Amino acid sequence: MILIYCELTENGQIADVSLELCTKGRSLATQLGTGLEALVCGNQLKDIEKQLYPFGVDQVLKADDARLFPYRTLPHFALLSQVVKERKPDVVLMGATCVGRDLAPRIASHLRCGLTADCTSLEIGSYEDKSKNKQYDNILYQIRPAFGGNIIATIVNPETRPQMATVREGVMKKEILDQNYKGSCIQLDASKYLKKEDEAVRIIAREIEQRKINIKNASIIVSGGYGVGSRENFEMLHQLAQVLGGEVGATRAAVDAGFAEGDRQIGQTGVTVRPKLYIACGISGAVQHRAGMDQSGKIISINTDPEAPINAIADYTIIGDVCKVVPQLIACYNKNKK
Amino acid sequence: MNYQIVVLIKQVPDTQNVGPDAMNADGTVNRAALPAIFNPEDLKALEMALQIKEQYPGSVITVLTMGPERASAIIRDALSRGADRGIIISDARFAGSDTLATSYALACAIRKIGEFDMVLGGRQAIDGDTAQVGPQVAEKLDLPQITYAERLLELNGKHIVLTRRLDNGVETVEAELPVLVTVTASAPDCRYPHAHLLLKNAKAQAEIWNADAIRPEIERLGLKGSPTKVKKIDNVVLAHKEGVQVECSEAGINGLVMTLVQDHIIG
Ligand SMILES: Cc1cc2nc3c(=O)[nH]c(=O)nc-3n(C[C@H](O)[C@H](O)[C@H](O)COP(=O)(O)OP(=O)(O)OC[C@H]3O[C@@H](n4cnc5c(N)ncnc54)[C@H](O)[C@@H]3O)c2cc1C
Ligand SMILES: Nc1ncnc2c1ncn2[C@@H]1O[C@H](COP(=O)(O)O)[C@@H](O)[C@H]1O
Repeated sequence: MILIYCELTENGQIADVSLELCTKGRSLATQLGTGLEALVCGNQLKDIEKQLYPFGVDQVLKADDARLFPYRTLPHFALLSQVVKERKPDVVLMGATCVGRDLAPRIASHLRCGLTADCTSLEIGSYEDKSKNKQYDNILYQIRPAFGGNIIATIVNPETRPQMATVREGVMKKEILDQNYKGSCIQLDASKYLKKEDEAVRIIAREIEQRKINIKNASIIVSGGYGVGSRENFEMLHQLAQVLGGEVGATRAAVDAGFAEGDRQIGQTGVTVRPKLYIACGISGAVQHRAGMDQSGKIISINTDPEAPINAIADYTIIGDVCKVVPQLIACYNKNKK
Repeated sequence: MNYQIVVLIKQVPDTQNVGPDAMNADGTVNRAALPAIFNPEDLKALEMALQIKEQYPGSVITVLTMGPERASAIIRDALSRGADRGIIISDARFAGSDTLATSYALACAIRKIGEFDMVLGGRQAIDGDTAQVGPQVAEKLDLPQITYAERLLELNGKHIVLTRRLDNGVETVEAELPVLVTVTASAPDCRYPHAHLLLKNAKAQAEIWNADAIRPEIERLGLKGSPTKVKKIDNVVLAHKEGVQVECSEAGINGLVMTLVQDHIIG
């Protein structure tokens, strides 16, 4: 069985990242000939299971209790760890969000199982342990770019169960399987799972902000890397994005250098985007960055280095200095727009 | 009131300066090819500890790392910034540890250090960005965890109040000690080393403990204690698109813009 730990949005809906994982979980479950279950922990969940069935969820496990919303580590840890012990899933998938990244490692530690963060792809396959001369079938391949240059690692947990992975929002596609998919729902009695010690951390205040920067849904992204050179130069990218009606994205190197806000980071550990047009300015094209943008419709690369790896996946390459090319783009656009 | 604080620090390859020889053929990191630095968020955790010590001067800060002996560079750095004691756990039997085995060894070492009020660490290490070790150490020590901490608001004997930086906002939480806290990048920067401490610690040796010293169950260490295995490492072969070279001139750029407008991609 595959289990998805579902997160809730502020207004009590299933988070997109969890629905995306349900879609992925469904296709893995079908491939394995097994079921898909989803755990939802929150407060006043009413008919929440109805949001999940269309994604092919066979069984929703729901724990409805005031202590479960907003999210806190220990109560959710108590529920998820017990549910995993009871139901023994082969695979547990969670969002690589600030909730999933807080909860998943604690669960993996408790169950002494493996966990791979920020996977960009999940597949089923076999694994041969040559040193033990053992063959394992139907193993979850947890695939992610690994440290360093152009490298993708496939990670497996042959011996331990469940096999756990986290995935960022936007990496998997969210697709309804069947509006009338028939699933069932089990109500869990939260009081049976929660102890007094789980209240050790109390939330005193919460200030939830609407996300100000929304690059995920932009159809045009002007993205800048370390080659843009400064925060001031990044202003030009904002101008270009503004005239084109797009948003500004950035690489991690640009974010680390303080050229752009962290919310703009695109890539394996940032946001995954699929815009109609992606303009990469002063970006080398490391695998961790490409993981978040290589599904873009059209890619333009502006780079002084003809050998920059990003050029290999670009539809249009301009070899030149961002500071010269971007203002020219703005001028030409103003001249040609209808 | 004084506090016993353990800060988890890690020496990491500077991922900003990754060259082509960064990986070994077997898929492990070629640490020798990269400059090694103090993991940035661990410096933020150290700063939080130093702030506590400033307020409660009798507090004791122990920095702990698992790594090779050359990690004494970051131990000296931490001592020069005001930490009191530095420990490296180092042993061939730790080799090949994933986060589960790492957190197990660190938890054993923390137990050996003795009584503590707080364990602080960085949110994540830049070499893997997993952010797993903190919560896993918390679980092993049966401590509540507060991740993504940004600011320490209050500490009074039994309680700690902190803000946490979330994906979509800020949360203020309160917990009873002892607790494990991971500190995030937006927390205050670490103060610089003091000149006199730099001199004093220039030749300081960290205490080095081997596996036996932390009394572990040996099979939970290193490669044996690590459930995750690397099946394979692929060099990404860039699917080379037949891209168009646009001449970097007004005419070239103008042509590109016209094409994009015609194709209804912009405009
Ligand atoms: C665990 C991990 C996770 C990571 N996650 C991410 C992630 O999510 N997103 C991400 O982006 N990165 C991520 N990285 C970092 C990634 O490996 C690269 O370091 C980063 O993407 C490089 O950013 P860059 O292209 O801006 O900088 P650089 O690699 O320094 O490239 C700068 C480019 O600008 C060009 N240039 C310089 N000057 C000019 C000029 N005047 N005009 C035009 N071009 C110019 C150069 O030729 C070069 O190609 C991660 C790394 C690790 C280890
Ligand atoms: N080998 C180590 N020694 C000491 N602390 C570590 C080690 N690995 C990780 N940590 C701590 O755990 C945090 C998260 O690391 P990671 O899970 O690797 O992203 C780091 O910021 C450190 O505070």
